[in-house]
Formats: sequence, structure tokens, C-alpha cells
Amino acid sequence: MLRFIAQRLLLLPVLLFLFSVVVFILVEAPPGDFLTSYMATLASGGSSIETEQLEALKQQFGLDQPIHIQYLRWMESLSKGDLGLSLEYQRPNIDLIGERLWLTIALALFAFFITWIIAIPAGIYSATHQNSLLDYVLTVLNYIGVATPNFLLALILMWVAYAQFNVSITGLFSSDYIQAPWSVARVIDLLQHIWLPAIVLGIGGTARLTRIMRANLLDELHKPYVVTARAKGLSEWKVVLKYPVRLAINPLVSTIGWYLPQLFSGSLIVATVMSLQNVGPLLLRALTQQDMYLAGSILLIYCFLTIIGTLISDVLLAIVDPRIRMEGA
Amino acid sequence: MNNSTPILSVRDLKVHFPLDEGTVKAVDGVTFDVYAGQVFGIVGESGCGKSVTMKAVLRIVEPPGKIVAGEIILRRSVAGANGSQMDDLINLTALDASGRVMRSIRGAEIALIPQEPMASFSPVHTIGDQIIEAIMLHQAVNQREARKIALQMLKDVGIPIPDQRLDEYSWQLSGGLRQRAIIAMALSCNPRVLIADEPTTAVDVTTQAQVLRLLRRLQQDRNAAIIFITHDLGVIAQMADYVMVMYLGLVMEQGPVDEIFHAPKHPYTQALLRSIPTITMTPRENLPTITGSIPHPFNKPRGCPFHPRCEKSIAGKCDQAVPPLRRIGANQMVSCFLYE
Ligand SMILES: Nc1ncnc2c1ncn2[C@@H]1O[C@H](COP(=O)(O)OP(=O)(O)OP(=O)(O)O)[C@@H](O)[C@H]1O
Ligand SMILES: [Mg+2]
Repeated sequence: MLRFIAQRLLLLPVLLFLFSVVVFILVEAPPGDFLTSYMATLASGGSSIETEQLEALKQQFGLDQPIHIQYLRWMESLSKGDLGLSLEYQRPNIDLIGERLWLTIALALFAFFITWIIAIPAGIYSATHQNSLLDYVLTVLNYIGVATPNFLLALILMWVAYAQFNVSITGLFSSDYIQAPWSVARVIDLLQHIWLPAIVLGIGGTARLTRIMRANLLDELHKPYVVTARAKGLSEWKVVLKYPVRLAINPLVSTIGWYLPQLFSGSLIVATVMSLQNVGPLLLRALTQQDMYLAGSILLIYCFLTIIGTLISDVLLAIVDPRIRMEGA
Repeated sequence: MNNSTPILSVRDLKVHFPLDEGTVKAVDGVTFDVYAGQVFGIVGESGCGKSVTMKAVLRIVEPPGKIVAGEIILRRSVAGANGSQMDDLINLTALDASGRVMRSIRGAEIALIPQEPMASFSPVHTIGDQIIEAIMLHQAVNQREARKIALQMLKDVGIPIPDQRLDEYSWQLSGGLRQRAIIAMALSCNPRVLIADEPTTAVDVTTQAQVLRLLRRLQQDRNAAIIFITHDLGVIAQMADYVMVMYLGLVMEQGPVDEIFHAPKHPYTQALLRSIPTITMTPRENLPTITGSIPHPFNKPRGCPFHPRCEKSIAGKCDQAVPPLRRIGANQMVSCFLYE
């Protein structure tokens, strides 16, 4: 087990290197660079910039160098743990991403827990009460949940809250706390706001997970080992929870890995609609402004989280399923 | 308790599955008695309702299946007022299937060796976990004592290095060992009725012989009753004291093993016996087979279910009504109009 984790961790730098090349090429791909779009913005605002100033900026960021030199310079600073300066904001990228990243992770984790806390019991109920009234109701709700885009749900909820209760439910903080430094009060304020976007983000996943759990469990419920457990004299709910539910959940554990990064990236539209201060809108703006080191850093962090997520789910899978654990040994 | 009164009596048991396409009458009026110390064999073609009958006895028929008629009487001995043993009759069909009383019988008084040993253990729980669970459910012992009992059970069924096996998973065991482990689990609470649902179909011939010897020995040691289900008439001849022949949810014939093999009464039993090869046959001679095929469970024929395939069927009689099970000879019963 430890060897397995160590192997994976050794692979991490290699994977990150490969990803960094791909990310850099992608970010560089659009024609022009940050300064062309920067000048276009200035020009549309009626002002302009001195040629010397432009040259100075170019040199400062190395934009006058050939592309592979630019990449090497980026790598050099990355290897020192320096994510570079944002071209647009003229601030260290690490500061820009920092706070938003924690908010993004908090939001994703909330959405994730809401998904599992609702989906697993609902799936178990549906499967053990197949064709009951509540099973039908849950099935219909699942169809709706799967079919509704989450930004639409966000819009509907925002409208209902505004029209009916006259409250605005956008953002992760109330206006007093947006710029405030971290404090207990700010955390409480965050908790008061985070659940709604978390539900919006989690609803589609909840519906999907419920359906998968129901289907998996229905498969397992007819397996001979369930008859064996029942024939022992165990009570029905003990039979179901100890044996088939356990086996039905096992394959779901492997989805955790790709589920987390999906929540990060999937939150872009919702974050824009609900004006959440997470990484999504920052990435969007960085990409449209060709703020390439900022965009590159964010994308690289996504890649890192994806790899870590996959590692976590592989480890979890090995923990819950002895067949996989022993295969690796 | 003596061996002259049945330990388990099933009377006119009917188990139906109402499905969208129609009702499957999986068991449609089955009657038999099982005595302590007896190996009670059940034979019949696939789908004739053997497993469903046994699931009904344990009250674990899967929905939408339901016991729609009949009684299942279990005889237990309880301590009487002056220290003597008294018989207590309990009707299992009247019990709540998931209630406390039924659960205290299931696994403790009546145990099951399930049909598919390969898939009958959970692959993510150790063998020990699953056996110890059964022991602690029915006996007032702690984890350590239960483990000791489980260890002894594995030894009793002839599993080498039982200590290590307890902590292994079912898929780490060979087919034969797995079958033995299943038997150990079924026996772990000293059941008085042991249902063995085709315990040897999944193992090779050598292992089969070992398993059969094992069951025989355990049954003699403990004076338990074994209900032994199989397709294999050879195994029945070797194992059973008494045989019941089923066809499409009904009992065709039942009797002591010698009577069934040497003086079969029902045309179905006769046809079944003709279809097994004998040592005196000339090589490559075609085996006689039963003409026709088993009808689909949704459109069972009217009257005796076997009459469309029966050489001796009486027109206007066999296709009209189901013949009642009638006694013929001391211990033999047959359901056929030929013996009216
Ligand atoms: N859960 C179920 N739902 C619907 N029909 C069922 C169910 N279980 C059993 N049946 C039907 O009941 C009938 C008897 O099945 P059963 O399993 O008792 O056969 P069997 O005699 O044990 O056969 P085999 O030798 O193949 O094990 C079959 O027609 C089967 O289709
Ligand atoms: Mg069967």
C-alpha cells in the first residue's frame, strides 16, 4: 500500500511537467499577447501608452523572447515555487489565486458532501423499495435533476428569493465581509452563504449518483451472498447495509477522484451567474485578457488537484475493496 | 424427542410470483414430512420449484413471491414444567417473516447451504467475519469465543490451517474449500434441519465425494435432518433415505429411496430413471429421453402438469384435474390417476 502511494507520488512531477507543456501551448495558442489586448482596451478607453513604456513592459515579462525561452523562464520561477506576476493586475498570481482557491475548495467539498449525504440514502431507499410511490417520486426528481443545467437552477433560485423574499442570495459573503480579513465572524458569514451555491452545484451530481446507487444496489440485492446473509437470521436492514450496500458503494468510490476537479471547473458558469468569488471567473478573465501566467498557473493547479484526486480515490478503493488491495500487493 | 414424529411438516404449500406477464406458480401444493436423522432428497428438473420451496421454509422468498397457501410446521422441544421435554409445534407461515421469532429459527434451527457456493460469501468480508457473525447472532458468546467456535467448525469440515483461512476472503479459497466453509457456516449453530441446495454442483467429482461423506458424517454425529436437493439421481441414490420427486411446482411421487429406484410408480419417475445411463448398457446406445419439453411457467397445462409428455396419460381425465397425492404402500405416495 505504502509502496503504491510512493510510486504514484514519484510519478507526480513527471505528469505535472507534461501538463505544464500542454497548458503553456494552450495558453499561448491564441494570436497576439497580453499587451495587444491591453492596448486595445486602453485605445477603446480613449487613452494610449508610450512606446518606451510598452517596450519596458515587454522586457519585464519577457514577451519579446522566443516562445521556448518564455516557457523556460516560467518553469524556472515555478520550480522556485513562484507562480509569477499577473500581467493585468500587476500582483503576484499566488495572492490572486490564494484566497479564491480556498473558497473554491470549500465550495466543492460542501457540494460533494451534500451530494453523498443525499444520494446514498436515497439510492438505498429506491432500490430496497423498488416500484414504491416514493421510488417513483425520486426517479422523477432524478430525471429533473440530471436534465436541469445548474446555472438555470441558480437563476431560478435567485429569482424566487428576490421576488418572494426580497433577498439577494448571490455571493459567498454578505457585503460587510467581502473585503474583510479572516475572522470567526467571516467564517460564520461564509457558512451562511455557502450552502445555497453548494446545493446548486451538487444537485446534478446528486441526481446522477442516486441513479447509479439505485442501479448498483438493485444488481447486488439479487446476488447469492444476500440470500446467505438473510438465511443466517440477520435482520433485513443489517443484511442490506452490511453486504449489498457495501458492494454497491465500492465502485462509486473511484468516481471521487474525477468528481472533485469536475466541481472546480463546472462551477464557472454558476460562479459567474451567482457572482461567487472563486477561481472560475478569475480563470475566465485571465484567458480572455491573455494574462497567460495567471491562466497557466490556475490550469496547472487544476491538473495537480486532478492527479491528487485520482490518487485519493485509488487509495480509498484499495482500502474498501480487499480484491484490489491484494492485487497490488 | 424421538425420530418417529416429523421435525418439519409441509402441508399443501403454494408460493406464487405475481409478475406483470402473469403469475408464476413456482410451488403449487407441496406436501412432505422430514424426520430427524433422515436425509430427505428432492429431485426434479431445473425450475420445478425446489429452491423456492426451501426459501419458503426459511421465509426468505424474494418479493413479489408470496406464500399464498399452506402450512409449514416446525417441531421444537422445550423444557416442560417438571424438567421433562415437551414438543412445541410452531407454524412458520403464521410468523412475521422478518420478526424476532422467525429470525431466531432461521440460521439456528433451520440452516441453509446455498445453491451457489462460489457467490455465497461476500467478497469484501473475510470468511471468519461472516461465520462469527452467524455464531454471535444465535449464541450468547463474545467475539473471542465465537472465533474459537468458528475455528473448530472449519476443523470439523476438514479445512487445513483453519486459523489462517478465517482471515482470508472467499475468493482466496479453492472451490472445494469454499464449499466446506459454507457448510461450516451453516452448521455453526447446530441446526436441527439442514437444507443443502445442490451442494455439489459446482465442485469436481472427487470433492463431491468428500463433501457428501462429510455431510453424512455430520448428520450421523448430530442426528440432524438434511434436506438434500439435486438434479443428480446418482447422488440421491447414494445419499438419501427418502426421496421426493417434483415437477412444475408439484410433488409427483415420494417414498423410501429403494422404492423410488426399484419400484417407481409415477410415469415421470419412471421416465427420469430410464434417462440415466447404466453400467449394463451397450456403448453409444441412445439414452431414452423424456419426449417434449418443460412447459413455460406462465402457461402450465391444465390438469396434471406432466400429462402432455406422459405416455400413459388418460384423455379426459389427466388433462382435466390435478390428481391428489395418495398413499400407496407403507411410506410411498404418488400423484397419478393410474393408481386411483
Ligand atoms: N424471484 C423470482 N421472481 C420470479 N420468478 C421466480 C423467482 N424465483 C424463482 N422463480 C420461478 O420459480 C420457479 C421455480 O424456481 P426454483 O428456483 O425453485 O427452481 P429450482 O427447482 O430450484 O431449479 P434449479 O434446479 O435450476 O435450481 C421457476 O419457474 C422460476 O422462474
Ligand atoms: Mg434451485
